[in-house]
Amino acid sequence: MSSKPVEQLSQVIVRFAGDSGDGMQLTGSQFTSEAALLGNDISTLPDFPAEIRAPAGSLPGVSGFQLHFADHDILTPGDAPNVLVAMNPAALKTNLADLPNGGTLIVDADAFTERNLQKAGYAQSPLEDGSLDEYQVHAVPLTSLTVGALKEIEGVTPREAERSKNMFALGLMSWLYGRSIKPTIEFLEAKFGPKRPEIAAANIKALRAGYAFGETTESFAVTYEVKPAKLAPGTYRNITGNQALSLGLVAASRLSGLPLFLGAYPITPASSILEELAGYKHFGVRTFQAEDEIAAAGAAVGAAFGGALGVTTSAGPGVVLKAETVGLAITLELPLVICDIQRAGPSTGMPTKPEQGDLLMVLYGRNSESPVPVVAARSPSDCFHAAIEAVRIALKYRTPVYLLSDAYLANGSEPWLLPELETLPDLTPSFATEPNAGDEFLPYLRDEQTLARPWALPGTPGLEHRIGGLEKADRTGNISYDPENHDLMTRLRAQKVAGIAGDIPELEVDDVLVVGWGGTYGAITAAVQSCRRRGLAVAHAHLRYLNPLPRNTGDVLRRYEKVLIPEMNLGQLLQLVRSQFLVDAIGYNRVRGFPLRAAEVAEAAEALVDAE
Amino acid sequence: MTTGGNLTAKDFRTDQEVRWCPGCGDYAILAAMQSFMPELGIERENTVFISGIGCAARFPYYMNTYGMHSIHGRAPAIATGLATTRPDLSVWVVTGDGDALSIGGNHLIHALRRNVNFKILLFNNRIYGLTKGQYSPTSEIGKVTKSTPMGSLDWPFNPISLAVGAEATFVARAIDTDKKGMTEVLRAAAEHRGSAFVEIFQNCPIFNDDAFDYVRDDKEGVNRIALRHGEPITWGKDGEKALRQRPDGTIEACNAGEDGVLVHDQTHAEPALAFALSRVTQATHGGTPVGIFRNVERPVYDDLMAEQLQAAEAKRGKGDLAELLHSGETWVVS
Repeated sequence: MSSKPVEQLSQVIVRFAGDSGDGMQLTGSQFTSEAALLGNDISTLPDFPAEIRAPAGSLPGVSGFQLHFADHDILTPGDAPNVLVAMNPAALKTNLADLPNGGTLIVDADAFTERNLQKAGYAQSPLEDGSLDEYQVHAVPLTSLTVGALKEIEGVTPREAERSKNMFALGLMSWLYGRSIKPTIEFLEAKFGPKRPEIAAANIKALRAGYAFGETTESFAVTYEVKPAKLAPGTYRNITGNQALSLGLVAASRLSGLPLFLGAYPITPASSILEELAGYKHFGVRTFQAEDEIAAAGAAVGAAFGGALGVTTSAGPGVVLKAETVGLAITLELPLVICDIQRAGPSTGMPTKPEQGDLLMVLYGRNSESPVPVVAARSPSDCFHAAIEAVRIALKYRTPVYLLSDAYLANGSEPWLLPELETLPDLTPSFATEPNAGDEFLPYLRDEQTLARPWALPGTPGLEHRIGGLEKADRTGNISYDPENHDLMTRLRAQKVAGIAGDIPELEVDDVLVVGWGGTYGAITAAVQSCRRRGLAVAHAHLRYLNPLPRNTGDVLRRYEKVLIPEMNLGQLLQLVRSQFLVDAIGYNRVRGFPLRAAEVAEAAEALVDAE
Repeated sequence: MTTGGNLTAKDFRTDQEVRWCPGCGDYAILAAMQSFMPELGIERENTVFISGIGCAARFPYYMNTYGMHSIHGRAPAIATGLATTRPDLSVWVVTGDGDALSIGGNHLIHALRRNVNFKILLFNNRIYGLTKGQYSPTSEIGKVTKSTPMGSLDWPFNPISLAVGAEATFVARAIDTDKKGMTEVLRAAAEHRGSAFVEIFQNCPIFNDDAFDYVRDDKEGVNRIALRHGEPITWGKDGEKALRQRPDGTIEACNAGEDGVLVHDQTHAEPALAFALSRVTQATHGGTPVGIFRNVERPVYDDLMAEQLQAAEAKRGKGDLAELLHSGETWVVS
């Protein structure tokens, strides 16, 4: 326990920033664990470069991790940090603009060498020229304190000792905010203990030294406390979007009774789904790292033909290659889930940064009339439920379904109220087992309600049939070039997908003004809440389903004189809404490679209210 | 319900009108396949034909089994997903020279190196037929076609060399009109566990007629070099010609009576011998090898994957969903 005075705070936003090799992601995620276990609500935003190790000390090499923790329900990783931990001059330079005046700045004084200053483009040290006077600066010699503390540990090189400075910083931050370092000690023991016990010991010692430093130094006069948040009762765990999506797919496999087959090709920021699912072989999960994106999707279709739950995961540059396979799945009318973890583009773009730029691609990016249902996750933990919903639609309607996430949701994390298994839907599909037209089996004889065709698996006697990419005759599925038949089949495929609108919840709103979809959920919800606290009649509708849209979408939109659509693209949903419903919606669009800020969305909403 | 044992060729025909051009080599291959399938003793419902795009790719529509006519070049990828999740099925890929070697080249080599348990039949007519006569990746250099009025510039693939180079475990060549030889090759391919690659010389009477006349019409065996495991490689009207290996590993033609006539070993662990044999051509050696170039055993991708699943379950127990969701650090809010 600290002997210094304790100040109560309702929420804190901390950003750790350092060189790619400084272990900022690990530091951030451990601090997150500590906050989560204390019962705070949390939301995180890792922000790292695409390069694995850009030149040390350089501006492009800066890696950051922002954590928002609070004693109440929060929705975003926070617009601007209250505390910035900068491990070197480059980290300070790239992040300082986000720190409001009066914010707390903790820097590693040892890293402000002439060489590092030069690499960051500082003519003189900002620690000495008065340029940081607006902030509460704590220049702590983190590196030398760490190396000093580890002198007596045998088998640890000076370089390794120096690399433990992130744990020193974490120890200091843990003290400052009254977090227990116990979970981090356990983590370090598990991570390094078995193979390099001396590294575990060094890191733990650095962590403890940082904690003790806080207690003894004059530099920090008070510590802070953020009490546990009042969250809904239940069991929680901290989870990232890609973890939640992976677990959702495993759960969907169990709920449907179908073995999961994932075809994937490594791509940022989707690769961690492939890696995560590769660890679930005892759940019967088959992961196939294909030769390319096309084969990854193709293999998933092949698996689906054989009765598996076929899934393929990628990001935009890979999804675009899968378009022909999605087209095949549309006409074969086989279930397939394609996960697009969106990132900034076009082309390679900014691989580690989020964007919502793929909406129109997944809706329309195929030849001819090829409708596909689209489901979008809205928060890291929601990826679990969105994945189950995508599978439900795919299996029930025998159609490919796009599941949209993005780099922010994928890597960001939040507490997840673990669902009771009984509350999850039964996804068991019905397979065709006998002829459906007298003695005959007609592979395109549809269910009257869903318009789904029967799914007859190879191995089922008497139901042998051929399907393919050529247009099929209604009912029989034989090749047909008949003009009227093609017109009919095109309309049937469209009707089938449109009909899903009857099987998804309608939008629930009391007073709509701001409409969003996907990963902007947190920012928009926080913005709308702040507007309403100020008495503004602003409400929020968030679209999980982009195709088909909920049945009442047009009605809801038309009820409002003004509609604001914030997106991390240049207005893709905006264009859809305007063209489909003739609603004069206004966009708020930013593509900077990081999530929208709640404050800017609130400002845009307020401006719209004022304009009335 | 049918059982594999009592089937006849007729059972494998569908009610669909076969729409290849008159005289197309595909008819002979289809007929040979339909006659051969009953011999396998596999129920129709446990057999799946998957094709890509091209003339050959219509094949599944004419086989009364399960089937998928998919997208250009992708059949090996789709079949990989099916074969890997359904080891109980007999999976056949039907493809052509453009489908397998051009747009689908990547899928082909990767399927072969993985040794996925399916059979690939490559109908090679050295031309694009369905798009009406452009040169293909197996067309000879200088081929004058609609898209190459002054002759094609690209060096052709030798499909056997390519498959051996990808370390396919079973590589063979057959001729559309040689029903007996093709059936022997198909039989061995079906018995092989893992990827089996069969190139079938197939005549396109419309856009590349007579491309393989030197072996198709070769009733006397003047040009066909029949590869028989364990036997000296000889051919000719009276078996007077033979092959032997030079010290550098390449192969030359010689007289059957000379020393060092090569005895065919399709099970040679190294692909080098099969590769050297694949370089024997009508133009360079005065004969064309047909039959099985290579037939070796190597662990099969689908089996290895199934083993990993079993090993994981044996070690960790059958996955428990509730336990999985609650894994990692959890806390309770009351």
